[in-house]
Amino acid sequence: MLQTNLNHVETEAQYNEILQNNENVMICCGRMGPMCVPVYDAMEDLEKEYPHVSFYDMEFDNPDAHVIRNLPECRGFMGLPFTVYYKNGKVVKATTSLQNYEQIKEILDAEFSK
Amino acid sequence: MESKKYDIIIIGGGPAGLTAGIYSSRAKMKTLIVDTGTIGGQMILTFEIANYPGVESTTGFQLAKTMKNQAKSFGCDILSNVRLTDVEFKGKTKSVIINNKDKYSGKAIIWATGGRSRMLNIPGEKKFKGRGISYCATCDGDFFQDKEIIVVGGGNSALEEAVALTKYASKVTIVHEFDHFQAFEHAVEEAKKNPKIDFIMESHLQEFKGNDSLEKVVIKNLKSGKITEKRIDGVFIFVGYEANNDFLKDKDIKLNDWHEVVVNGNYETNEEGVFAAGDALAKRYRQITTAVADGTIAALNAIEFINRN
Repeated sequence: MLQTNLNHVETEAQYNEILQNNENVMICCGRMGPMCVPVYDAMEDLEKEYPHVSFYDMEFDNPDAHVIRNLPECRGFMGLPFTVYYKNGKVVKATTSLQNYEQIKEILDAEFSK
Repeated sequence: MESKKYDIIIIGGGPAGLTAGIYSSRAKMKTLIVDTGTIGGQMILTFEIANYPGVESTTGFQLAKTMKNQAKSFGCDILSNVRLTDVEFKGKTKSVIINNKDKYSGKAIIWATGGRSRMLNIPGEKKFKGRGISYCATCDGDFFQDKEIIVVGGGNSALEEAVALTKYASKVTIVHEFDHFQAFEHAVEEAKKNPKIDFIMESHLQEFKGNDSLEKVVIKNLKSGKITEKRIDGVFIFVGYEANNDFLKDKDIKLNDWHEVVVNGNYETNEEGVFAAGDALAKRYRQITTAVADGTIAALNAIEFINRN
């Protein structure tokens, strides 16, 4: 399990349930690596500012993480983490590699307006 | 604008800033650390740290977390992921404004904003970041299993990471701008004897090309001027670091030609009561240990400055 203060997605069933029950979802799929940790950290800070968004992480090496690794929107991604934003269960944005606080905030504002 | 009052405000929460925070808050100075990113600085960007004395082996994430907890345990306030709006370095009372609205004042400032990996700044670099271009071999190496990659650079990081990447890649080509390497001899030897590694010397990458992901690079030979295209699956860039001093360009803090902060023997800048530490400084060796030492000395001098005034 990833050592973050975020809620974790651990199974495919849980992933499907989250997408079904939440309008705005952000999932960061990575490891406890140098490019991933700053994204989790930014998400932890942004959780308070965006109560209408559900923030989750998922271990990249978890076999069930194929639900993210194999998304068509992640085709061509070769940098951890894969970060995916969902609106009503549909992918609206996906990014690869390190994104900073401001870049994430910009996406949240564009895709999940309050 | 009403301000919250501190004795010492530290800008930057890497090893230098956190160490300064530990020393100043332990000395009962009311201390604030602000950082525009994640607390830990470049430590966070390091997978394994094996040469930090007293710690056999740890991750950058863990070491950063420990330092942060230590600073907090002495009463240091820490704010991460903030937007630095303005800093007033002049006068007896210094001030820092963050997020366009929150003002903090202090009797001394320690500038410890660290550094960042240098980019090539050529066409296609931003577009293919994470789509074939990487700055972290340990993070992304396994995406390049049996693929052909390029490593750009000629220092220790470039040569050592090139060797490490041969664990995954079928072929690694090192592209370097000079006819010799800056890396230590043993790192060069290791790379030269590796059968999967070859070299393109005295050359620059000029452009990255592709569709969904990186497909080829444009290479210019600096001696002949000849330009060629090479099909490639990935490029890892290790061309050194630069100081995070962009914010100081319009300020009166003295910088050298590389935009690094110039300090005296007490780690004080040309502005009274403004100290600096870590990779933001003009100095030769950039290690966690040297940043920690800088942070200690800057904090002790800042404390003395406040007590004297």
